[in-house]
Amino acid sequence: MQGVLTLTRSTIGQKAIVAVTGVILFGFVIGHLTGNLILLAGPEAYNAYAAALKGNAPLLWGTRITLLTSVILHIVFTMQLAKRNASARPNAYQKPRKDLVTTYAARSMVLTGPLLAAFIAFHLAHFTVPGIGINGVFDPHNPYANLVQDFRVWYVSAIYIFANILLGLHLWHGGWSAAQSIGAQHPKYDALKMRLAAGLALFVACGNVFIPIAVQTHIIGSSEQLAESRALVAAEQAEEE
Amino acid sequence: MSETIDLKLHVWRQSGPKDKGAFADYSKHAKGISTHASFLEMLDVVNERLVAEGEAPIAFDHDCREGICGMCGAVINGVPHGHRKQTTTCQLHMREFQNNAEVYVEPFRAGSFPIIQDLVVDRSSFDTIIQAGGYVSVRTGSAPDANEIPIPKQISDRAMDAAQCIGCGACVAACPNASASLFLSAKLAHLNLLPQGQPERYRRTRQMVLAHDQAGFGGCTNHRECEAACPKGISTDFIARMNRDVLVASLTDKDGELI
Repeated sequence: MQGVLTLTRSTIGQKAIVAVTGVILFGFVIGHLTGNLILLAGPEAYNAYAAALKGNAPLLWGTRITLLTSVILHIVFTMQLAKRNASARPNAYQKPRKDLVTTYAARSMVLTGPLLAAFIAFHLAHFTVPGIGINGVFDPHNPYANLVQDFRVWYVSAIYIFANILLGLHLWHGGWSAAQSIGAQHPKYDALKMRLAAGLALFVACGNVFIPIAVQTHIIGSSEQLAESRALVAAEQAEEE
Repeated sequence: MSETIDLKLHVWRQSGPKDKGAFADYSKHAKGISTHASFLEMLDVVNERLVAEGEAPIAFDHDCREGICGMCGAVINGVPHGHRKQTTTCQLHMREFQNNAEVYVEPFRAGSFPIIQDLVVDRSSFDTIIQAGGYVSVRTGSAPDANEIPIPKQISDRAMDAAQCIGCGACVAACPNASASLFLSAKLAHLNLLPQGQPERYRRTRQMVLAHDQAGFGGCTNHRECEAACPKGISTDFIARMNRDVLVASLTDKDGELI
């Protein structure tokens, strides 16, 4: 057996793992955004959506385990490859090499990657575990209010907007690059593939940037809606007691 | 256009693999260069003047000077083979440069391409990759009948596109990761596309990719700088094709070897 060249041992195999896990994560952020756009339907619908997700244990834990595994593999193999790539040219060009066609998104992948990892850690701490109320108390039963009250703070919104611009860049190169890395290539579909990656990246970035802006401009989460969400949660809790 | 130009020429000089090396200014030797001269002929002129002064000439690789052998190559102003598209260094003419242009000439840089002297690098890691590919099952007796094996025109054209690779190493020099993926994929594709290359296809793919990695080249991150710098315009589509073959070879038993 020439099994020396198993997936994890060749640069191409490692890159394919990074690509596949990247596609899984890309798929998740599309779903995540699409679900969050229910914000536009008001507090009742949004909190019901959140409760439905939390109530469905197989879906919730299946997704969490898949995502965690994907993130770990994505980072571990990227780091291995990046280390190798950085040492493949020990003596740098003295007159810097000119970039001919590469994009800013492609060149900044090693930068946007760690920044996004840091943002994801913050985002999870912010809204999931433990849940930080930056502007008021965090109520695990009222995700609508948690989101609206914190996004009203300008610097919280700014962090989310900045992170999602980075995410857009990361997905723009990542989406196209992933297809190339797993060999999904055919002259017939190449133009479509690049447009699809750019389009989906743009959708995710714009959608996620829209939410904090919409809160800041009160398109989402007017004072009445915020009060409504709190009244609903209070009523539900009273019912349970 | 004037018939001769002066250059502000800076060339990387390095006496041996262990020497640190530095740019040397040869502006005074690069005056009155004919615009009809190729880049290598310009270096020849500079070398003649250096020799006349009793200095060591600039060492650089060259052979056919027709753009088909893959021997020549230097990074000219940050671009392997210079700024003109799909042109080898020997086919780059001085008419492409302005009078008094600043020109920096540096060797291809990669850990797997150790510098021998000045602009000459050791590209034998490419030979190692080719050797790792092993044999193809073709009859070597009398010439086979023409069209004995039907090959669709589009397939033979694509195989020929891949076979255009002259193995100069510009892809490695241009790659931010010093990866040889474009060279490797072109060499794999020109056999893997054709019926004659099928019997050993997946074994060859595995072995050559392994040799590439062992030689210390970086991995592909899809910047496509290689394609832009390639004097033969080899497409990065071949890299995707290679990736697919590696995955098939690794995840199936198509090469007859169980994983």
